[in-house]
Amino acid sequence: MVKMSNSNTAKDHIVLKDVHKSFGPKHVLNGLNLTVKKGHSMVVIGGSGTGKSVMLKSILGLLHPDSGSILIGGRDVTGMKGAKRDEVLSHFGMLFQGAALFDSLKVWQNVAFGLMQGKGMNAKDAKEIAIEKLHQVGLGSDVGELSPAELSGGMQKRVGLARAIAGDPEIIFFDEPTTGLDPIMADVINDLIVDCVKRLGATTISITHDMASARKIADDISMIYKGQILWQGKAGEVDNSGNAYVDQFIHGRADGPIQMDVFKA
Amino acid sequence: MNFLAPIGNFTLGLLAEIGRIFIFAWEAIGRGVAPPYYWHQIGTQMLRIGYNSLPVVGLTAFFTGGALALQIYEGGSRFNAENLVSSIVALGITRELGPVLAGLMVAGRVSAAIAAELGTMRVTEQIDALVTLSTNPMKYLVTPRIIAAVLTLPLLVLVADIIGIMGGYLVGTRSLSLNGGAYIKNTVDFLTFGDVSSGLLKAAAFGFIIALMGCYHGFHSKGGAQGVGRATTNAVVSASILILAVNYLMTALLFTGK
Repeated sequence: MVKMSNSNTAKDHIVLKDVHKSFGPKHVLNGLNLTVKKGHSMVVIGGSGTGKSVMLKSILGLLHPDSGSILIGGRDVTGMKGAKRDEVLSHFGMLFQGAALFDSLKVWQNVAFGLMQGKGMNAKDAKEIAIEKLHQVGLGSDVGELSPAELSGGMQKRVGLARAIAGDPEIIFFDEPTTGLDPIMADVINDLIVDCVKRLGATTISITHDMASARKIADDISMIYKGQILWQGKAGEVDNSGNAYVDQFIHGRADGPIQMDVFKA
Repeated sequence: MNFLAPIGNFTLGLLAEIGRIFIFAWEAIGRGVAPPYYWHQIGTQMLRIGYNSLPVVGLTAFFTGGALALQIYEGGSRFNAENLVSSIVALGITRELGPVLAGLMVAGRVSAAIAAELGTMRVTEQIDALVTLSTNPMKYLVTPRIIAAVLTLPLLVLVADIIGIMGGYLVGTRSLSLNGGAYIKNTVDFLTFGDVSSGLLKAAAFGFIIALMGCYHGFHSKGGAQGVGRATTNAVVSASILILAVNYLMTALLFTGK
């Protein structure tokens, strides 16, 4: 278990303080601050290239921030590596944008991967749990024997979701969960996310630019722009944020303070 | 003096790349020592690298042995040395052609496959997914491939040696009318344990190079399908060049002591 240092940090499950990350001359995160309460569903909205994915990867330790700190349950995980990082990650689940299923493994092996490799569970028990998780995301046992290449995009997302919740994680990240799906399948995925998160009582961060998805799964919404959080509030407050950037983004307007680099002849 | 700048940049880039490869190899080997051990992964890779390469390596060795017999017979006949065909075919195959040709063929087949597989895993975030599932990708993907290649290449080369000598025997006895019994006797009498073992030692080194180059370029692939294609090409080219360079160094060390 991730140790909690005091009551404040127990409430603040994920805290990012003044996080900076650059790639060469490109500054992607510019002093990003974000707090996610335990058991809350935070949705981070923002355009492409604003630093959403880099933020998630920095929390997971896939990227290392240049400066600033990241606390999980009050424990500073910035720059943590090796077995300590593995221990922290054992409390995480992640749904990747493209599902990121392992091509060489069957569907049930994908779902059970973290249980068998990460937690050392035997294949028989792990398979039982994998089938149960597949049922939770609306997929039958027969799907477990297929390879990921035989699944549609929506089914792959559901398998990715089953894999993310297989270890009953305390924290789940969703990276663009509805991108590339038709509106009905996107809504199915949103419902499954809400259902799974409620069932587990997990703390979640989702990144998306799909406002329908954000409204459905969020307790809180943050808007990221140029590597900084420029607005944060309750999901119900997003339509009356009083922030010109948020207004432009949620209404999808080309005109406003957010300028896109579009070449005009 | 501006013409020196690109040379300097190239040299610095090359040294940095060599450094990164050494660190990558060190990490792969270092992590391989500590548990958990992915035996199933090692077994699967041994099958893919070794067993699946048998046809291509066997055919290469067979035709090379046959061609070598023809060349030595034709060349040797100029100074009445036709009877050396069996000895020189055996020596050439076990010491040089067996390991080098098997290494190059496997580099083309396996290095490319490893780079393409790991490269695709990188660009589709499967390697990131491994990390989030508390599995070290170096340990799970890289170390088993290196172990499998180091173990299977000597076995492949042993098979290549036998088939190559057999190719020479068949051409020698069928096309060149050499005496079969004398051919085998000369081969067995002339070959030493050192001839065969030096080739197997080279094969183990080539196996390491093949897997390392495939893994390194695939693991650091970026930029979508084009990046995976570039990683695949780089893996095969770098593995092939390194095999030839290391072959020369090992030959110099093992046979001349220089």
